Amino acid sequence: MGHDSNTMKRILILGAGTAGTMMANHLRRHLSVENWEIDIVEERTEHHYQPGYLFLPFDIYTPEDISKPVCEFIPKGVNLINDHIEKIDPEQQFAIMRNGDRLHYDLLIIATGTKIAPEETPGMLGPEWQQSVFDFYTFEGALALRNKLREWQGGRLVVHVTEMPIKCPVAPLEFAFLSDSYFKNKKMRDKVEITYITPLSGAFTKPKATTALQHLLDEKNIRIESDFAIEHVDNDNKTIVDYGGRTIPFDLLVTVPTNKGDELLARSGMGDDLNFVPTHKATLQAKNWPNVFVLGDASDIPTSKAGSVAHFEAEILTENILSFIAGEPLKQEFDGHANCFVETGEGKALLIDFNYTHEPVEGTFPLPGIGPLRLLKENRMNHMGKLAFRWIYWNMWLKGNHIPFVSAKMQEAGKAFD
Amino acid sequence: MEKTIANTVLKVNEEGYLTDFSQWNQEVGSAIAQEANIGMTARHWEVIAYLQREFKNEVPLSIRRIGKSGVVDIKEFYQLFPMAPLKTASKIAGIPKPVSCI
Repeated sequence: MGHDSNTMKRILILGAGTAGTMMANHLRRHLSVENWEIDIVEERTEHHYQPGYLFLPFDIYTPEDISKPVCEFIPKGVNLINDHIEKIDPEQQFAIMRNGDRLHYDLLIIATGTKIAPEETPGMLGPEWQQSVFDFYTFEGALALRNKLREWQGGRLVVHVTEMPIKCPVAPLEFAFLSDSYFKNKKMRDKVEITYITPLSGAFTKPKATTALQHLLDEKNIRIESDFAIEHVDNDNKTIVDYGGRTIPFDLLVTVPTNKGDELLARSGMGDDLNFVPTHKATLQAKNWPNVFVLGDASDIPTSKAGSVAHFEAEILTENILSFIAGEPLKQEFDGHANCFVETGEGKALLIDFNYTHEPVEGTFPLPGIGPLRLLKENRMNHMGKLAFRWIYWNMWLKGNHIPFVSAKMQEAGKAFD
Repeated sequence: MEKTIANTVLKVNEEGYLTDFSQWNQEVGSAIAQEANIGMTARHWEVIAYLQREFKNEVPLSIRRIGKSGVVDIKEFYQLFPMAPLKTASKIAGIPKPVSCI
């Protein structure tokens, strides 16, 4: 390479999803190629626009809309390694690849995301899996569900959340809202009974958003069944049963299975009981290893598992990694900022903006008092925002570009706090 | 907010969860349990003591973790505290309502 191998150091990024890709772009811009090698390891070759999984079942997006090659978004000067990692040794600071090769690192960034684990619930992967029991958190699941919905004649549709935390916690509600629209458009809404089942006490965890969303559920005639902790799926009777014995029948079950971090973290002894890595919530440094940082869904920090969070984190983590390399103290700056469009059906959406300490409230976004988007209020502009977001994602976000007027830390101005 | 439970004036939030754990004692717990129509047995108190230990150790509580704790399985947890066991048991234990990450 022509570099002095004694001064050359390596940053290893695990995962080239939303979080890892953004981080590769940020860091390559800030670190000199003479001193820092940046490698990013990813098993898959296709990058999926995951918010699109919500639209695929309803024939709003096609598979082509939501898939592009991973390599398109990895900047020059970053090595993309298309391989599987067997194990991380955080004490010796290396990752072991499938073929046994060891990849040493000076600094590790874990961005391996979260995956569904339907095997955690007895019966979920039974004979009805992808017959009348579906997920939409995977590309395959969303596609199979699309094919099912195209020919489904109606009956009891049950939209179900297994347990928290899950990626994009508003997605199952959006699925229920979009189902209502979808069946209305197909002139068969009267043949479908929609029930939303959640382990939470209401539609959402934050009080003001719950009120707004509950109102929408009522308006769309979607029944909610709360505090439901599923014990098993009964494939013979097509019911789900909770630990208290509550039994809910379905003709079509759309479930969000338990979400877990990557198995790699269990194999490496780095995760908690759900394979999420214990992480300082304000600095994004792993609690147990100072030269390990965790970004996006892979961490256990108490905010939403969502692309917007990874985007805000990436801006702050970049600064922190530069501080860490310079031997300076880390900034305790990440505030848990999340910003989510919530599709409510019929061409409308609402927008929520919140952090560790402030729940979603009404107001304007991103410009205080101006908008143009409205917080916690359903309108068409917000829906246009959500659709426009796909372009922003592919063309600005992944490349680590700052979005004008939207700060990493949540803004309090222009919001109606009590 | 304040609420009088078992002849003691206690600080609670709008949902009735104690906001100051130091005010808790078993009588307070029993009175809250009574409001939820739960007759406390030795087994109930074992589970409550476990929840309080976890709270003091700052371990976030979830149904899953409780199920794997070895103290009580989820089925029994539901039998002891029907409907929403974690919320009910937390209230009786005088600890905050468990937050589900969103």
